Amino acid sequence: MLSIKQGKQLNTVLIGLLAWGVALVIFFPIFWMILTSFKTEIDAFATPPQLFFTPTLENYTLVNERSDYLRFAWNSVVVSFGSTAIGMLLAIPAAYSMVFYETKRTKSILLWMLSTKMLPSVGVLVPIYLLFKNLSLLDTRTGLIIIYTLINLPIMIWMVYTYFKEIPKDVLEAARMDGATLFQEIWQVLLPMSKGGLASTVLLSLILSWNEAFWSLNLTASQAAPLTALIASYSSPEGLFWAKLSAVSTLACAPILIFGWISQKQLVRGLSFGAVK
Amino acid sequence: MNRIISAVIAAGLAASIPLTHAATKVTIGTVNNGDMVRMQGLTKEFEKAYPDIDLEWVVLEENVLRQRLTTDIATKGGQFDVMTIGMYEAPIWGEKGWLEPMSSVPESYDVDDIFPSVRNGLSVDGTLYALPFYAESSMTYYRTDLFEQAGLEMPEQPTWTQIRSFAKVLHEPEQGQYGICLRGKAGWGENMAFLTTMVNTFGGRWFDENWKPEFTGKEWTSAVNFYVDLLSNYGPPGASSNGFNENLALFSSGKCAMWMDSTVAGSFVTDATQSEVTDKVGFALAPTQVTDKGAGWLWSWALAIPDSSNAKEAAKTFIYWATSKEYSELIAQRNGIAAIPPGSRQSTYANQQYMQAAPFAAKTLEAMSLADPNNSTLKPKPYIGVQFAAIPEFQAIATQVGKLMSGALAGSMTVEQALKSSQKITTREMKRARYYR
Repeated sequence: MLSIKQGKQLNTVLIGLLAWGVALVIFFPIFWMILTSFKTEIDAFATPPQLFFTPTLENYTLVNERSDYLRFAWNSVVVSFGSTAIGMLLAIPAAYSMVFYETKRTKSILLWMLSTKMLPSVGVLVPIYLLFKNLSLLDTRTGLIIIYTLINLPIMIWMVYTYFKEIPKDVLEAARMDGATLFQEIWQVLLPMSKGGLASTVLLSLILSWNEAFWSLNLTASQAAPLTALIASYSSPEGLFWAKLSAVSTLACAPILIFGWISQKQLVRGLSFGAVK
Repeated sequence: MNRIISAVIAAGLAASIPLTHAATKVTIGTVNNGDMVRMQGLTKEFEKAYPDIDLEWVVLEENVLRQRLTTDIATKGGQFDVMTIGMYEAPIWGEKGWLEPMSSVPESYDVDDIFPSVRNGLSVDGTLYALPFYAESSMTYYRTDLFEQAGLEMPEQPTWTQIRSFAKVLHEPEQGQYGICLRGKAGWGENMAFLTTMVNTFGGRWFDENWKPEFTGKEWTSAVNFYVDLLSNYGPPGASSNGFNENLALFSSGKCAMWMDSTVAGSFVTDATQSEVTDKVGFALAPTQVTDKGAGWLWSWALAIPDSSNAKEAAKTFIYWATSKEYSELIAQRNGIAAIPPGSRQSTYANQQYMQAAPFAAKTLEAMSLADPNNSTLKPKPYIGVQFAAIPEFQAIATQVGKLMSGALAGSMTVEQALKSSQKITTREMKRARYYR
């Protein structure tokens, strides 16, 4: 028979093993992508798949020769940071009014906003394309920033709304009693108190914009194409391409992965914010 | 005072005249394959020869590119000046007036050197709408060493019955060697391209003279049953998810005794950097059964100019250059003679050096010469195309039929069910498009 203490220890070990197992399953595709990027095309297609092989940098050299990686990466940075900044500027006041000046229609508006995410993007491709063509926004970073802001805004407002909900109204009332203006109330009281949540909203929006592929492929050509378009250019219906595709995917994932790594503390804090009351 | 005014006006005029002539930008939408990548690599050569033209490339995966180009051309978006399109799109888009006709091709270009079947496939009523960058048919690849060991001999053009008997002898799955590899992955350009050629040889066709589909007829039934039976018994595991690339990898690593696919694969399987069976590959024509009509398909990736382009003349200059004999010579100098884009020009096959360097060239030439998009079925047909029907509805219909055929191969439904559903779907779509009521 196990004592209560031993039982607890066993539980901890089992949960730890399960967590490691889940983490490995989630990480495996990324690990395999990185591994494949150092293989030759023949090794990449080998059956059974090879874990040990002679590594090569030829795929990275080829990507570097064929494509202007920095131009694509810069487009990704401008578009994802730009859309996130504008999105936050819109999401914060929207969520503020919904939380602190709630009306009987607030819940319906929130649900309606979320419902726009349920429409398949391809359903509005032609109208959006025509609109962009007439406004000369095709193949421009401005166009992509607008579309990404609109795509991510519902989720951003929802997230910020949830975090603001956690802030007691009394705190804001106290600030108002002390003579704070609306701007001061938001800037000096509300935002510092929901810093963690806002950081995770920013990160999520950045990741979503960075990885978005449908609109970036359809609305850009040669000038504003971000890294997702670069990845798509290495897939081929005729010829072996897995190793090259893995190399370019690794290069495309690397910046956002590193950024996520650095800011994971805020991300975890933000995501668990409100989970433990 | 007057002098000062004159000086200011002169300075203003001088400033308004650009010091250098701005180059015309030509944006090219293209697919990612070896030949296109080599063309992209010669951008500087082109810009050196034509300094007033700048090339911008948009390289995308085939299906993504097709969707992207279709959206742009249908909405007159004007994002591309040169589009890489296939033999399926060229006549449809040309007829709709979406493409600039290639009517004033210079004499030095020698348009008659292009294979007549390819030229016809890219034309509508005699007007050419795209110039071929390369073209392909399909053929049989087989392992000469395995055939020799087993005492078998591959005929110049085998029948499907013969192929089946060879596959039976050479199928040794416990040693990782499969009798035959064929396309099974769903897609109108994947399993349906192959399966349509097989059905052609069994005497079948997509539509009768009144545009009614014929899936439940005896030709489709016997062809699809034969295909499913052949691959299930003598094919690799998971054949229903194998497309061109998967089969290329299997054949190149010595796992397939036979493979029927694009003539383009010839350059891959004989390339030592990509294949382990380079000196053990034999080539034969695509198999026949009750007829040899439509046994080998015909496809071309061609360059066309959308009507919405603002740089039509510059785009034409580029297309003439990229599809010319001089371009082939440039590629031969830079990348070796075997790297010349295949299948488009007859003069390529008159070059003895090329024929010696590319062991698959003779069979490619024969397959290209036999493929005829206007006469590819035993019974008369109302459509143009060997492995497709050049009508706008075909892409959507064949995508759905492809999924059903892949399902039949995977065993998730019977062949009969797949064919019945295909008949139903196609009939509905053709009625909706008002081909008949």
